[in-house]
Amino acid sequence: MIDHAGAAAEFLGDRTRAKRHDEALWFVRQKRDAAAGSLPEWEALRSHAQRIKEHTLAHLGYYLERFETNARANGIEVYWARDAAECNAIVERLLAEEGARSIVKSKSMLTEECGLNPYLEARGYEVTDTDLGERIIQLAGDRPSHIVLPAIHLSKEEVGTVFHETMGTPEGLSDPEALTRAARRDLRGRFLCADAAITGVNFALAEEGGIVVCTNEGNADLGCAIAPLHIACMGIEKVIPSARELGVFTRLLARSATGQAITAYTSHFHAPRPGGRLAVVIVDNGRSERLRNESELLRCIRCGACMNTCPVYRRSGGHSYGSVTPGPVGSALRASADPADAGSLAFACTLCGSCDAVCPVRIPLHERLRIAREAALAAPTYAPKRRILKLAAWVVRDPRRLEWTAWLWRLADRILPGWILERLGGPWSRERTFPRPAPRRFSEMMEERNG
Amino acid sequence: MRVALFVPCYVDQFYPEAAMATLEVLQAHGCTVEYPRGQTCCGQPFFNNGLLDEAYELAERFVALFEGYDAIVAPSSSCVATVRHRYGTLSDAERFAHICSHTYELCEFLHDVIGPERLRFERPFPLRVGLHNSCHAIRELHEARSSEEMTDPFDKIAAVLAKVPDIEVVPPGRDECCGFGGSFSVMEPEVSAAMGLDRIADHRSNGVDLIAGADRSCLMHMEGLARKRGIPIGFAHVAEILAGRIDPKECKK
Repeated sequence: MIDHAGAAAEFLGDRTRAKRHDEALWFVRQKRDAAAGSLPEWEALRSHAQRIKEHTLAHLGYYLERFETNARANGIEVYWARDAAECNAIVERLLAEEGARSIVKSKSMLTEECGLNPYLEARGYEVTDTDLGERIIQLAGDRPSHIVLPAIHLSKEEVGTVFHETMGTPEGLSDPEALTRAARRDLRGRFLCADAAITGVNFALAEEGGIVVCTNEGNADLGCAIAPLHIACMGIEKVIPSARELGVFTRLLARSATGQAITAYTSHFHAPRPGGRLAVVIVDNGRSERLRNESELLRCIRCGACMNTCPVYRRSGGHSYGSVTPGPVGSALRASADPADAGSLAFACTLCGSCDAVCPVRIPLHERLRIAREAALAAPTYAPKRRILKLAAWVVRDPRRLEWTAWLWRLADRILPGWILERLGGPWSRERTFPRPAPRRFSEMMEERNG
Repeated sequence: MRVALFVPCYVDQFYPEAAMATLEVLQAHGCTVEYPRGQTCCGQPFFNNGLLDEAYELAERFVALFEGYDAIVAPSSSCVATVRHRYGTLSDAERFAHICSHTYELCEFLHDVIGPERLRFERPFPLRVGLHNSCHAIRELHEARSSEEMTDPFDKIAAVLAKVPDIEVVPPGRDECCGFGGSFSVMEPEVSAAMGLDRIADHRSNGVDLIAGADRSCLMHMEGLARKRGIPIGFAHVAEILAGRIDPKECKK
């Protein structure tokens, strides 16, 4: 069971790391503010993106089939996977057909979700993550802690140690540029002899039958340009009507994610390259289920802006969420799908609403989290909390009961020694003093005034 | 104008001076204020924690108590946000709709209903006041532009406070959550404390004399953090400054 509070407390135990983490991500948030502020039409663009996604999701079957037809006409192979297991099996079958053993992979949250890397590695494939952050994580044997900045929880010194141990860079090397060059040298060789490239999909264009992949490192392009087989995995929600709508999203995506005007590479794949194969695997894995009650969550374009802005995420680290996607959108996705296991994620939020306000597709994230609490509270873990709340509700339903409670509190405040009050205060008192009850309540003053 | 005063349960018990200040400010601006008897809780803790049946009962109670007034004013943005944005999800009855659209946070009422040009505050407050705007004030009631939004900046609470003679209102570096979050404060005490301490440090780095806000619950949390650690900074509800109930000499560091 995910214990967000416990994991967050552990993360905060290392004050220096926690402060660096908070400041690094706040810096990205400020870059996002500057980039967004440079467009006078920013808020209108967000609303437009929301409506395009709403429209597409309302006609998802139509657009997916249109995409399939047009992609096939372009020579792209299209496969459908009901869940993670089917997705992984399809990918493996395609690799086996080509006799591929060594694979270069660019970042894809969907394949993280499906556990594709461990699945392939267990079957003897050599999978190399080629996004720098993902590569660091892979070499460190770690898990990503952010969907855009997967290694944001590590310091450059820690990356230096990982590179020293795995790639033999000089001990103590922590210069980011030198480390990047080392990773680049190592990756070049792997790109050159890869048998297949796996990428994600940022946008699938139904009208054109092509896919669009956005990266900052060009690693997706390099992989696809060399390997004879390109497999692209996408969730069903990635389709948009046509290239006409694409600009709305590319303008929002990079600005929201990193404060760039556009990602360094926005690569279109509308057909396999001559002599090569391009296969698109369209994955459901629980998404159609979400269409019914929480289709807003399917609007997500995975920019990570809600993580950068979330005051809880910045102070608890991505790993504390125990999920592939951390932060507000990750919590909303996970807590609603699995309230018994991930209930704590619904409560890892102050309902501050900052996530809603940065979201480029205007997902009502804090409202989704509030709704997720309804199911979470029904789980046995939260039975004590539920009882306390029910008792509190019983008290405040009747002004006389509230008066008695206030009277009891004042009595306790007067006669009990401080250390007992502190004990009674539990987690509140661990960090804070209690407010003292006032000598007379406002309602009492008013009673006296009005006689 | 016939105005009903809603005093949140924790304000009634711990911060009656904020409620009294609210009453005085409203009366000083020509409102006939009534304090309906038997009021308790708007239901926010139950809405926010997923107990909708309990929340509904309290909303029903609230609507029954506060029906028939021109406006309902409360010294708390988060309670007002609950009434305005959540009550409508429970019932589409006309009486609910009226309550939703006629319940105001104090500064919002002074700014939007009374009007900034008609605000008169007598007592000078010659101090630097760090203004902590709560998330519900900013992002639910839209009393100020949030730093995430790319629209023209405004801040109704700061605008109202700025009408106090000699005051200097100082916004913090980040308009970030203080970490109170109701039950969040006890479910995630470490993160909650880290957030609150960062807000306090932000305000103190601006050399403010005290921290004020329209939500005493955020301030209660930050005040508790500061007292526990001996951080020398005071806290006050904005209504207390508006009503001239705080002696500036006692706040000066």
